[in-house]
Amino acid sequence: MNEVTCTLLVIGGGPGGYVCAARAGRMGVDTVLVEAATLGGTCLNVGCIPSKALIHAAGAFHTARRQSGSGLHGVIVTEPTLDYGATRHWMGGVVDRLVSGVGGLLQRAGVRVITGRARFVDGKTLRVEGPEGDILVRAEAVVIATGSRAAAVPGLPFGGRVIDSTGALAMTQPPARLAVVGAGYIGLELGTAFAKLGSAVTLVEAAPSVLPQYDERLTRPVQRRLNDLGITLKLDARVEGWDEVKGALRIAGAEGPEELAVDRVLVTVGRVPMVDGLGLEELGLRQAGRFIAVDDGCRTSMRGVYAIGDVTEGPMLAHRAMAQGQVVADIVAGRSAGWDKVCVPAVCFTDPEILCVGLLPDAVPEADRLVSESSFRASGRALTLDDTEGFVRIVARKSDHVLLGIQAVGPGVAELASGYALALENGLLLEDVAATIHAHPTLSEGFQEAAMAATDMVNHC
Amino acid sequence: MTEWSFTLPDIGEGIAEAELSDWRVKPGDVVREDDILCEVTTDKAVVEIPASASGRITWIAGPAGDMLAIGAELVRIEVDGSAPPPEPAVAEMATAPTAAPKPRGASVSGQARLVARGGDGRPLAAPSVRGRAREEGVDLRQLRGSGPAGRILQADLDAFLSGAATAPDRARQRTGTEEIKVVGIRRRIAEKMTLSKARIPHFSIIEEIDVEALEALRERLNRTQGAEQGKLTLLPFVLRALVRALAAHPAINATFDDEAGIVTRHRALHCGIATQTDAGLMVPVLRHTEALDLWQTARAIRELAEASRAQKAAPADLSGSTLTVTSLGPLGAVATTPIINHPEVAIVGINKIAVRPVWDGGTFVPRRMMNLSCSFDHRVVDGWAAATFVARLKELLEVPTLIFMEGGVDE
Repeated sequence: MNEVTCTLLVIGGGPGGYVCAARAGRMGVDTVLVEAATLGGTCLNVGCIPSKALIHAAGAFHTARRQSGSGLHGVIVTEPTLDYGATRHWMGGVVDRLVSGVGGLLQRAGVRVITGRARFVDGKTLRVEGPEGDILVRAEAVVIATGSRAAAVPGLPFGGRVIDSTGALAMTQPPARLAVVGAGYIGLELGTAFAKLGSAVTLVEAAPSVLPQYDERLTRPVQRRLNDLGITLKLDARVEGWDEVKGALRIAGAEGPEELAVDRVLVTVGRVPMVDGLGLEELGLRQAGRFIAVDDGCRTSMRGVYAIGDVTEGPMLAHRAMAQGQVVADIVAGRSAGWDKVCVPAVCFTDPEILCVGLLPDAVPEADRLVSESSFRASGRALTLDDTEGFVRIVARKSDHVLLGIQAVGPGVAELASGYALALENGLLLEDVAATIHAHPTLSEGFQEAAMAATDMVNHC
Repeated sequence: MTEWSFTLPDIGEGIAEAELSDWRVKPGDVVREDDILCEVTTDKAVVEIPASASGRITWIAGPAGDMLAIGAELVRIEVDGSAPPPEPAVAEMATAPTAAPKPRGASVSGQARLVARGGDGRPLAAPSVRGRAREEGVDLRQLRGSGPAGRILQADLDAFLSGAATAPDRARQRTGTEEIKVVGIRRRIAEKMTLSKARIPHFSIIEEIDVEALEALRERLNRTQGAEQGKLTLLPFVLRALVRALAAHPAINATFDDEAGIVTRHRALHCGIATQTDAGLMVPVLRHTEALDLWQTARAIRELAEASRAQKAAPADLSGSTLTVTSLGPLGAVATTPIINHPEVAIVGINKIAVRPVWDGGTFVPRRMMNLSCSFDHRVVDGWAAATFVARLKELLEVPTLIFMEGGVDE
């Protein structure tokens, strides 16, 4: 068997793994990255990137349809048609370009990439089963960055017409009738996109609201838009069974048992860490529930073994994995590093978009909580975008005005994430934001307005 | 003259209680409005509490280290005239500006007073500052930031690092010695300790006491009668409990003449009370403790301690004890191994009260707990006898009603 020796071995070429490997490589660490499928992981291949491309195309098609007939803002188009094959070709092109970009990045960093599935022999040795036979890799440090996979609903196994998000992005045509089980952000994003592409979409959610982790004020604009798009919402509803031949999804909801006739069932009830077949059971790493327990240096309970990204506890987001990857690369390269982030921004590319950075109001004791909102109804920019649904909300500490959380819902608010994260990460006060000029007319002004409302007086009320 | 009472203001952050970390005043001090009375520490911040009125302090809530609930009485100030008391102090962070004037209050005076915390409880600092601190091995929790809301700035880190580098006692070798002659009281202490520790084979028992009931009783008595009778500390209660416990354990209240081979059991309790003075440890003796009531005991302890500290104690007050009690008050540690006052056969050590989690059979509950650390002369007191004596003391202190019940089973 071939043997490879290195300083750092990264298992998984997703956003966490490739950032870690490339950064370590550029710092002169002899690094090997093992990837079982395609570089870029879930994010680039079957997650963030293709889904955002799909959402963009669906939005364009939806706008064109609104512009047909009597038109929109005086823009009138003839009845648009959808060439979904061309849409998918474009999506694939975006993905391919980014994936090859990752390959180039790793190459320039001097990282050796091995294709295959890695399995721990011991804490420092892994057997990689690849297309050209097995390779034994010995490393001083190992990073587990194998990510996550879609969770299944009991009684509704994946296969046939029951698909996960990967399957949804691989469909050659939008289904005529689509049931989405789980109204978390993935289900809402894809459900909305397919509705805009013409599918009849039914959302089935066990909780009494969509995006149950957020408060009702934040999700109300999204829920309203789902109704506008003709998406059927089945809240407080459980899946009872599935008849693959008939294409019938049985659910039990508030109005009693019901049978939905659909062509596809998209299951988006969350994701679980993907550690099967890694041989972790031999290492006996300390677990945190289903996740691998790590400290603030992403160290597991075994010396020299690190874990980053979706296999560790925390929001399953690419940018968190990337930041963890940086921490581990720095530690392995002998630099001082540690996870000390104040916030991990979370974006839902729903319609309208939802942005959450830092603490939600409920997470702050009421006695010392100051919440301030600025509605987009008064925003000039929102009016010119013809989309005034939404608001910016600041959660601050009443006693010293330190910002603790910022949320926004509205058109394109995902792009506001940077400013909000900067404010929280740097410990700014309401007064700092209120005294910073925000460009007019932009949606970003809502942030300043909300800060002013909490400290002094608003310019527009 | 009017006496006003001031409570611990709400210092924000949703906290229910704070630790009195430092008193800047004591009863008798004259303060002016806005003078700092004390510093209180929450798990998030250190906040200075200023006086809301000018006058003379007549009472303070408790020693530094005590936990005090928000809204509990903090100080009493005697003021001139009979004007109504001002609004209670309201915590206000100096850096939280507002359009409306706020009531004066516990300002975090000037800058660099507040230990600022972010939403996750970690020090408030920009990522660049955190990163540099990590590189330099500085724990940012040691710093007090000078930025808005106490945010730690690069300049604060600079100052901390340069201060640490030039601190005189840091990483510098020193030479030279100092000789101090052991004379006077110090010499007597040395001789006494040598005798005790060389002759007596000590063993110690440390027992945990739940003092919730005792403290509640003490607080109540101080509230209702403290003004006229004088404030009660814990010690008089321990002495009353000792009197009760010794009735059934006469072997503990004894002296041992090891040369003659005779143990003398005493019917009277002449209680030695270890007292720290400027000159060193003194053990004034409270004679016939068994014949005093609670208030008399308290008064007698006070008088003896004052006399010893003033070095005015009569020789008779410093000898003839049959059992000694030692207590360091708030410094009383978790446990101690007290040295027996020869020729006695036991000594009772009182450790400090602390709130500890206690398993009540279903959950952990916060209880005020205090340890007793007692040492015994194993030549004449066996472990079993000592343990039953300590267990009895524990019972009496945990159910203080038993101390004051007439005709108890011991007598």
